[in-house]
Amino acid sequence: MSLPAISDKTILPLPPLGPERPVSWARRTVRTLSNGLQVVVAESKFIPKLTAQLFMRSGNAVVAHRSPGLADMTAAVVRTGTASRSSRRIEEDLRRMGGDMSTTAGADSSAMGISGLAEFSQGLLDLMADLARHATLPVAEFEREQSQRLEDLRIDRATPGFLGSERLRRVLFGAHPYGTIAPTEEQVKSYTRDALAEFYRTYYVPAESLLLVVGDLDSNKTLDEVEKAFGSWKAPMPPVTARPELPEISGRRVHLVHLPGAVQTDVTVGNRAITRTDPNWLRLVLTNSIYGGAFHSRLVMNIREQKGYTYSPRSSAVPLRQHGYFTVHAAVRNDVVAASLSEMFYELDRMRALPVGAGELDDARNYLTGVFSLSAATQDGLLGQLSTVYLERLADDYLETYRQRVRALTAEDVLATARRYLDSKNAQIVVVGDQSVIGEQAALFGEVEVYDVNGNRLGSIS
Amino acid sequence: MRQIPVEHTTLGNGLRVVISPDRSAPVVTVGVYYQIGFRLEPFGRSGFAHLFEHMMFQGSENAAKMEHIKQVNSSGGVLNGTTNYDITNYFETVPSNALERMLWLEADRMRALKVDDENLRNQRDVVKEEVRVNVMNQPYGGFPWLDLPPVAYRNWPNAHNFYGDFADLDAATLADVQHFFKTYYAPNNAVLLIVGDVEPAEGFAYAKKYFEDIPPGPLPPRVDVSEKPQTEERRGQVEERLGSLPAMAIGYQGPARNTPDWFRFAMLDGVLHGGRAGRVYRELVLEKQIAVDASGGFDTIESNGPTQMVTRIYHHPKYDSDATIGAFDAVIAQVREKGVAPAELEEVKVKFRSDFYSMLESGYGTSMPRFGLMHYLACFTLFDNDPQRINTILDDFQAVTPAQLKETAQKYLVPENRAVVLRVPVQKPELVASEAGAR
Repeated sequence: MSLPAISDKTILPLPPLGPERPVSWARRTVRTLSNGLQVVVAESKFIPKLTAQLFMRSGNAVVAHRSPGLADMTAAVVRTGTASRSSRRIEEDLRRMGGDMSTTAGADSSAMGISGLAEFSQGLLDLMADLARHATLPVAEFEREQSQRLEDLRIDRATPGFLGSERLRRVLFGAHPYGTIAPTEEQVKSYTRDALAEFYRTYYVPAESLLLVVGDLDSNKTLDEVEKAFGSWKAPMPPVTARPELPEISGRRVHLVHLPGAVQTDVTVGNRAITRTDPNWLRLVLTNSIYGGAFHSRLVMNIREQKGYTYSPRSSAVPLRQHGYFTVHAAVRNDVVAASLSEMFYELDRMRALPVGAGELDDARNYLTGVFSLSAATQDGLLGQLSTVYLERLADDYLETYRQRVRALTAEDVLATARRYLDSKNAQIVVVGDQSVIGEQAALFGEVEVYDVNGNRLGSIS
Repeated sequence: MRQIPVEHTTLGNGLRVVISPDRSAPVVTVGVYYQIGFRLEPFGRSGFAHLFEHMMFQGSENAAKMEHIKQVNSSGGVLNGTTNYDITNYFETVPSNALERMLWLEADRMRALKVDDENLRNQRDVVKEEVRVNVMNQPYGGFPWLDLPPVAYRNWPNAHNFYGDFADLDAATLADVQHFFKTYYAPNNAVLLIVGDVEPAEGFAYAKKYFEDIPPGPLPPRVDVSEKPQTEERRGQVEERLGSLPAMAIGYQGPARNTPDWFRFAMLDGVLHGGRAGRVYRELVLEKQIAVDASGGFDTIESNGPTQMVTRIYHHPKYDSDATIGAFDAVIAQVREKGVAPAELEEVKVKFRSDFYSMLESGYGTSMPRFGLMHYLACFTLFDNDPQRINTILDDFQAVTPAQLKETAQKYLVPENRAVVLRVPVQKPELVASEAGAR
């Protein structure tokens, strides 16, 4: 029962929303250099800084069949030396310009990000170009990164969230490159400096690549600076890699990663879905936000706010370039693994069985359109939105029309989308925890395949 | 960088209101900061400040459980609350047409909480899973922010478990919740901030309309967070159950807020840490290759009591902890004995300035523009009673000279001013066995 509230004031009613102010997305200046590099520049002037991102449209997927994670390792070593700068010099040059830098790879791209004070715009772009064009991949630096990578992997494979993602991706995508999110230790040990150099030569090229620059800058002047830094970059087109077929998935299955002594269980439910270029993408985004993509969503309301099973339940639609997937995730108390799964499926099936009510639909559309525009106010937020549009080659007015396209979605759209892409019938269940504690609960949902943290199959429970 | 416009006032009930307008995007960030953090929570009630933060989302007089969250989300916004050493904050970023509604919501939960036993049981369960996912079931969970305090400090406010012992969480009652609310959540123990797309006059009028008649309370008793002077190095050890690398944290006690040494110490932190160009990373990771990773930092603006500069090192198992500390000590000795060249300090200052700007612009991911600006304004208001400090404090950090830096290193970077905690991996026989069985 509740304690008496302490106030005798006449309460003003909840204020209505005021008239909406239009969101004006920064104007983009788009150029393609003669070497094929596409450049997008936008101005954002609250702070005297800039942020830039260079994407090469080839990542770990193009080498997954022979050397998983090679793009990651190449990216790590790229920042450690160029023809004219040592590793130390690179880091000090960066600091001198107030800079931060990251060199990374995902499944579909290799990327370099740099940010710093806008007064050093030419220097920052030059540094980025130097790494993209003249990296020397020094052997000693490679060996150091390789030994660090081995240690990082050992920690990854003691991390429940990582183990859950790794198993889910393997289950959903099998031998397809998206089925592997990290190499084995043996694969890391088999990397060579020459293999990195070959990856760098082949895929760090201007054609098919994209450079975004956002900040307190003058677009025309920045384009001149980009031309100076990247204009003479020449390299052949990257080859196209064939991708294998996806595994056939039918029926729910349970996959348990045995983590002895785990005091909590990491639960994931997932199925393959669609990419961002699919005409149904926004419908899935909306459906996901009603199911479990927002704080005020059915999943969070149910297993967190009503039942207290978990701190952090969330669902998401994940778009990779060639395929996408839908996933539901929560780290739950060990004794409510089965109960949490029941509720996850109950909410999935409710989305598939009943149309969403008008109020809930309205709230969800407002949520998506509002949150989408919050990112317009920061350089990194704007850069992120622009990278989505240009990397995925979406329509030029994607940002400007987003709100009206979301507003046009209906309860029928949500129902049809849930029936198609919240595929509870064929969803795969991954649980990471102590088999002796959770095995029986997991087996309530189907035959369980059990793996150790390194992906070796230990057996099954039926 | 241009001046940040800041206007502030104090309402009749003692609530301070700070507004910083920026009309460039139709987005506004609203925050309420209460001057209560886990350092200040009552003796013997570990974790209560954080548990209570959860209760602030469980229902207020006119907004039932989940209503607050629903209203923020359905207005197109995002929200959160966090518990820190010296403050607890609640904040939301929304399209600016929802500003008035946000103020209504924040005022409603400042006026009165309306929660029951079931809410409390529910959030106690949620908090336990939060502790499990962030600490107990995570490699290096809680390292070192939960590991260092009990070793470094002797005074309970600084030294206790901030997330809370489960026994203390279980002991919390609904009466405790309401008492805590009455003690710490009065308007005169808080500041309201509105940052972004707002006309200041309108913002102040809304603040008055929704907040001014919330009755003030007696200010909470001042907690003595001081520490007796330390005379020798302190050491401790914590078991690492999941991760395979040995790790250590080294914390040097920093100077008091706003003293000349405080600004110098922050620059020293930039020299030592400050990314891959920082001396610790360069020496331990890049040059000597003893460590797999090394990083660190010194909280300045957002801390209002004893604060350490903390270095975190994850090292290769083939080097033992003595060898690793030895290599770290060599870095420290270098700075103490030789100081820092003017050019290096210049670079560190440029980086500090650049980081400061980024904090003002976002500071909490990309969906909460100006969070950092709001956060700093709140701290300057609550700790220094001077929100305009936002426009001058950078100059004080930038004025530090190489000679001052050396002097500060010699004064503070000594073993008797530090604590060291080792995080030691346990052997995992069952894992080794299952790996062997699979081969």
